[in-house]
Amino acid sequence: MDSSMAQNWLQVTSTSAFPLLTLLCLVPSLFAVAALFLPGDQPWAHKANSLVGSLVTAALSLVIFSRVDTSHAGLQVVDKFNWIPSLHANWFLAIDGLSLPLVLLTTFLTPLVFIGAWSAIDKRWKEFSIALLVLETGMLGSLLAIDLLTFYLFWEIMLVPMYLMIGIWGGKDRVYATVKFFLYTMFGSVLMLVGILYLYQKSGGSFALPDLVKLTLTDKEQVWLFGAFALAFLIKVPLFPLHTWLPDAHTEAPTPGSVILAGVMLKLGTYGLLRFAIPLFPGAMGKFSPLLLTLAVTGIVFGALMAYVQTDVKRLVAYSSVSHLGFVVLGIVIFNQESLQGAMLQMINHGLSTGALFLLVGFLYERRHTREISDFGGIAKRMPVYASFFVFVTMSSIALPLTNGFVGEFLIFAGTFKEGMHSAIEPGKFNWRMWVQVLGGISTAGIVLGAVYMLSMVRRVFFGEIKNAANESLSDLTLREKLIVGTLSVAILWIGIYPAPFLQLSDATIKAMSAPNRLQIQQVRSPIDYRREMQQGLAQ
Amino acid sequence: MDTQVSVLLPIIVLLPLLGGLWNGLFGSRTSRQTVYVVGSLTVLTSFVLSAMVFWHLRLAVNVNPDAAFRYELYHWIAAGSYSFDMAFLADPLSAIMLLVVTGVGFLVHLYSTAYMNDDPGYARYFAYLNLFVFSMLTLVLGKNLAMLFIGWEGVGACSYLLIGFWFKDMDKAEAGQKAFVVNRIGDIGFVVAIFLLLAFANGSVDYDSLRAHFSDSRHVLDDPNTITAICLLLFVGACGKSAQIPLYVWLPDAMAGPTPVSALIHAATMVTAGVYMIARLNFLFVLSPHAMTVVMIVGAITAVMAASIGLVQNDIKKVLAYSTVSQLGYMFIAVGAGAFAAGVFHLFTHAFFKACLFLGAGAVIHGLHHEQDIRKMGGLHAKMPVVRWTFLLSCIAIAGLPPLAGFFSKDAILAETVALKPDVERLEKYYEHGFERRAQYLAFAEKKDGEAPDEKAIAAKTKEIKEKYVASVEKLAPLRKVAFGLGLLAALMTAFYMFRLYFMTFHGQYRGDHHTWDHAHDAPWQMGLPLMILAGLAVVSGWLGMPFGGGKFNLWDKWLEPVLARSHDLVEGHLTPAVEYGLMGLSVLVAATGVGLAWSWYGKGPSTQAAGLATSLKPVHNALLGKYYIDELYDTIVIRPLRAVSQFLFHLVDRALIDLLAVRGPGYALLGVSQLGSLLQDGNVQVYLLGMVAGLAMLAWYLI
Repeated sequence: MDSSMAQNWLQVTSTSAFPLLTLLCLVPSLFAVAALFLPGDQPWAHKANSLVGSLVTAALSLVIFSRVDTSHAGLQVVDKFNWIPSLHANWFLAIDGLSLPLVLLTTFLTPLVFIGAWSAIDKRWKEFSIALLVLETGMLGSLLAIDLLTFYLFWEIMLVPMYLMIGIWGGKDRVYATVKFFLYTMFGSVLMLVGILYLYQKSGGSFALPDLVKLTLTDKEQVWLFGAFALAFLIKVPLFPLHTWLPDAHTEAPTPGSVILAGVMLKLGTYGLLRFAIPLFPGAMGKFSPLLLTLAVTGIVFGALMAYVQTDVKRLVAYSSVSHLGFVVLGIVIFNQESLQGAMLQMINHGLSTGALFLLVGFLYERRHTREISDFGGIAKRMPVYASFFVFVTMSSIALPLTNGFVGEFLIFAGTFKEGMHSAIEPGKFNWRMWVQVLGGISTAGIVLGAVYMLSMVRRVFFGEIKNAANESLSDLTLREKLIVGTLSVAILWIGIYPAPFLQLSDATIKAMSAPNRLQIQQVRSPIDYRREMQQGLAQ
Repeated sequence: MDTQVSVLLPIIVLLPLLGGLWNGLFGSRTSRQTVYVVGSLTVLTSFVLSAMVFWHLRLAVNVNPDAAFRYELYHWIAAGSYSFDMAFLADPLSAIMLLVVTGVGFLVHLYSTAYMNDDPGYARYFAYLNLFVFSMLTLVLGKNLAMLFIGWEGVGACSYLLIGFWFKDMDKAEAGQKAFVVNRIGDIGFVVAIFLLLAFANGSVDYDSLRAHFSDSRHVLDDPNTITAICLLLFVGACGKSAQIPLYVWLPDAMAGPTPVSALIHAATMVTAGVYMIARLNFLFVLSPHAMTVVMIVGAITAVMAASIGLVQNDIKKVLAYSTVSQLGYMFIAVGAGAFAAGVFHLFTHAFFKACLFLGAGAVIHGLHHEQDIRKMGGLHAKMPVVRWTFLLSCIAIAGLPPLAGFFSKDAILAETVALKPDVERLEKYYEHGFERRAQYLAFAEKKDGEAPDEKAIAAKTKEIKEKYVASVEKLAPLRKVAFGLGLLAALMTAFYMFRLYFMTFHGQYRGDHHTWDHAHDAPWQMGLPLMILAGLAVVSGWLGMPFGGGKFNLWDKWLEPVLARSHDLVEGHLTPAVEYGLMGLSVLVAATGVGLAWSWYGKGPSTQAAGLATSLKPVHNALLGKYYIDELYDTIVIRPLRAVSQFLFHLVDRALIDLLAVRGPGYALLGVSQLGSLLQDGNVQVYLLGMVAGLAMLAWYLI
C-alpha cells in the first residue's frame, strides 16, 4: 500500500497506566448498581443518585479531556488488555478527535437530562435512572471502542435501555414505536455483526480497527461489507429513506428519551460511518458516494417538507432531525476537511439545539399534556421567558449566524461547494463534479425550508391571541427549567461566537484521517481528481 | 495613533449589544427611564465614537489616500484551507455608513422614548432596537463578507422580531415571518456566492484580499461567465434584503412594525444593505457588465413599479413603503450603471429624508390615535406645525427639487447612467487568460480523439470568443437609456405621490371624526427634535455632492475615491456641461410637473378630477390598488403548491410507500408484531431489567 494512504491516525500515541476510559464507561453503571439497593418508593433518592452519577461521569470526562493532546492525531489515553484470550479479542478503548467532542457532549447532556426528568418522569424512578445510566455506559463505550467486538457489545447495551425507555415511559402508541425501533435497529445490528465476523475471519483473528484497516479486500467484499456496516449506521442516523422509525420513536418516547436519542444516539450513526465504515472500506465509500449524496440531499429537503406539514410539535422536531442529519451526512460524503469539520461540529450542534427543543417541548407537554400545534396559540403572552428561549433555540436550529448551527452548516456547504468547484471538468460526462454541483445546489433549499417550518410552528404556537382557555393559566418556566435551557443556550452561543476551541478538538484527527481515506475514496469516485490530488500530495 | 483609533471600532459595535443585552435581561425589572437611558445612550456613545473615527479617518486620508482603520478581534472559524476573522474595517465607505447607522439610530431611539411610552413591551422593544443597531454595525464595519453576512442575517432576525413586535396580532406575526423567509430566499444567493468566492479566491473573503485578487488577471477565476454568476448570486441576496423585484413583497407588509422601526430599519439602514454590499464589492461587479446591467434594469423596473403602486395607496405608511422600494430601485440603477458613489450618495440623502418622512408619519399616527388612512386626514398643518414643516421639506427633498438633498443625488444617478460605459478594452485584457483557457477547453472538447488541438485552432477560437464577448458587452449600451427613461418616469411619479400624500395629510379639510381632531397634537420634543434634525439634513446633505464646476466641489466623490478606485479603471465617461445642465433642467421640470399635478388634484383635499380619473381608468386603478396582485400570484404558484406537495409526499411517500409498504409490511409478515407488543405492554420492568442483565451475562459467559 502507498505510504500516503497509511492510516496513521489509528496509531496509539498515548496510553494510560490507569484504565481511565474503562472507568468512564463503568461509572454510570456503578451508580446504576447502587440504585438497585436504594428503595424503589423513594424517587428523590434515585434523582440524587443519578444526578451525582452523571456529574461524576462528567467530571471524569473532563479529567480525560485534560489528558488528551488535541494538537496531535492518534489514539490517546488507550486502555488495552487481553479480554477474551480464546478469541484474541482485546478490550480496546481509546479517545481521539472523532470521539472526544461526542464524549463530552454525552457527559454534558446526561446530567441535564436527569434534571429535566425530575418532572418529566413520574413513575418508576428507580428503573428509569438505572436504564438511563446503563444507556450512558453504552453510549460512552460505543464512542470509545476501537475493537469491533467491544464496540458491538456497547452498541447492543445501548439499545436495550432505549427500548425500555420508550416502551415503559412512552406515550400511548409506545408499543408500536418500540417494536418498530427494535426491528429497525436489530436488522442493522445483525448485518453489522455478520460483517464484523467476516472481517475477523478474514484477518486471521482480530477485531481491532487498526489491524482491520490494513486488510486488502476485493471490490466485491468492500461493497458488501460496507453495505452491512453502513446500513446499520444509516438506520441509526437515520438517512432517508430509512428514517420512518424516528418520528414514531421520538413522539412516543418520554422527554429524556427523546433528548438522548436526538442528542447522542443518532450521532452514533454518523460517528460509526467516520470511525469504522469509511476507513475500513474507503473504496466502497467512493462507489456509493453519488448514492449517499443523493439520499443525504433528498433527506435534507424531504425532512424539511415533512416537518412543514406536521401537526404535533414533537413530530415536527423529529422530522427536522432527519433534515439536519442529512446535512451531517452530506458533509461526510463530500469528505474534504472543511465539510468534515462542519459535519463534526454539526453533530454537536444538533445535539445541543435539538436536545434543547425536545426539552422545551417537554416542558410544555408537562403543563398541558398535549403537543398539538392547534391546541396552542398566543402563549408567548403567558410564558414570555419560555417563548424567548424557544425563539432563541429556533434561531440556532435554522442556523442564524452567531449561533452554533450557522458554523456547522456554513462549513458543510463551504466544503461542498469547494468540492464542486475544484473537481475536474470532464467534457460531456456526468462526473463527480456534476453530482456535487447539482445536489449541493439543491441542498441549499434547506436554508429556506428550515426557516419556513420552524417559524410557522413558532408563530402558530406562540403568537396571536390566546384562543384556548386552557392556555390562560399556563405558568412560565421554573428556575430548574431555566437552568437547563440556559445552560444549553450558553453552549449554543459559545460555539456560535467562538467556535475555535470546538473545531480544535477534532482538527488534527480530521486532517490525519481525511488525507489517506480521501485519496482512496477519490480513486473510485473521481479518478481524474485522484491523480491530481496525488500529485499535489507528493509535491508537498 | 491609528491603532488607538482602531480600538474604537469594536467598542462602537459592542456598546449597543451590551445595551440590548442589559435591557433584554433586566429591562422588565428596571424603570422605564433606565431602559430609555441605557438604550439611547449606548447608541449615542457609539455615534460620538463614530464621529471621532470619521474625523481621524479624514485626517489620515489627507496624508495617505488609501488610509483605513483595521481591527482584528480574533479568528472566528478556521477549517481546512478556509478561515474567517472577526475583524473590523473603517474606510471611507464604512465610515459614512457608520455615521448614518449610529446617527439615525440614535434619533430613532430618542423618538421611540416618546412613541413607545404607552407600550407595556418597551423593554423588549429597546432591547431589539439595540440588537438591531449592533447587527447593522457588524454589517457595515465587518472586514470580510462573512462578517457582513453575520450582520446581514442579524438585522434580518431583528427585523423579524420588530415587525412582529405586537405579536398578539396574527397578521403582524405573519408579516414578520414573511420578511424573514423572503430574505432567506435571497440569502441562498448570497451564501452560495460566498462559497464560490471562497472556492475560487484562495479561501478568503476578506475585502482587502478579494480586491487584490480581482485586480490581477493572472489569478484564477478569469472567466467572465463565472464572475457574472457570482455577481448575480450576490444580487439575489441584495434583492431580498433591499426589496427589489421579485423579492420586494415583504417590505410593504413590514409596515406592521412600530413606525420608528420602519424609519430606521425599513427606510434608512437595513434595506440599503444590498446597495452597500454592491458598492463594497464594486471591484468585482465592474468585471461583469452583464451582471451590472441586470442590476440596473431590475432597479429601474422596481423603481417604476413600486412608484406606480404608491400613486394610489391610502395608508400613509404603505405609500412610504412603496416609495422606499422605489428609491432603493434608484440606488440599484446607480450601482448597476457603475455610478457607485452616486448610489451611496442617494443612500445617504435618502436615509435622512425618508427617516424624517416615516417619523413624521409616526407623529401623525401617534397624534391621531393610530389612524393611518390619509382619506381620514387633512388640514393637519394647523395642529402639527413641526411635523408639517419637516414633512414638507422632506417631500421636496425626495421629489428632487433643488436645492434640497434628493435633487443632487438623483441628478447624479441619472446623469451618470447615461454618461458611463464599461471600458471594453480593459475588460478584454483582464479576461485574456480566461478566453484562452476557454478556447483550449472548447477545442479539446470538440476533438473527440483526445489529441491536443493545435495552436492555430486555439488562437482562432480565442479570437472568436473575444469578439463575441466584446459584441455582447456593446449590446448592453442602449439599456442605459432605458434605465434613464424609467428613472425619469419614477421621478415624476415620486414627486406626484409624495405631494399627494402631503396635501392629503396636511392640507384641505380634515376628514376624520371630531373626537380625534380635538385630541390631535403636535409631536413632543423627543419626537420633534429628531424630525427637525433629519429635515435639516434633508436640506443640506446634498450639498456634499455639488455637480458644478466639473466635480471640483464634489466632496462626496472625492471622499469615496479610494474605495472606488478600481471601478473607475473599468467604467468611464463624462458628460459635457451643456448636456449635464440640460439633464438637470429636465429632472427639475419632471419633478415640478409631478408636484403641480398633485397640487391641482389634491391641493385642497381629494378632488373630483382625481376620482374621475380613477373611475375612467378602473382596471388600471384596481391593478395598482391590488399591487399588481403579486402577493396573490406568489400564494398560488409558490406557497400553496409547497404545502400541497408536502402533504402529498407525507401521506403518499413517507407514510404509505416507505413506512407501510416497505417497512411495516414485511415486518408484520415476519414477526407477528401483535404478540411481541402485548408482551412488552403490561410486563414488569424488573423482569425486563433482569432479562437484560441475564442476556449480558450469557453473552459474557459465551464469549469467555
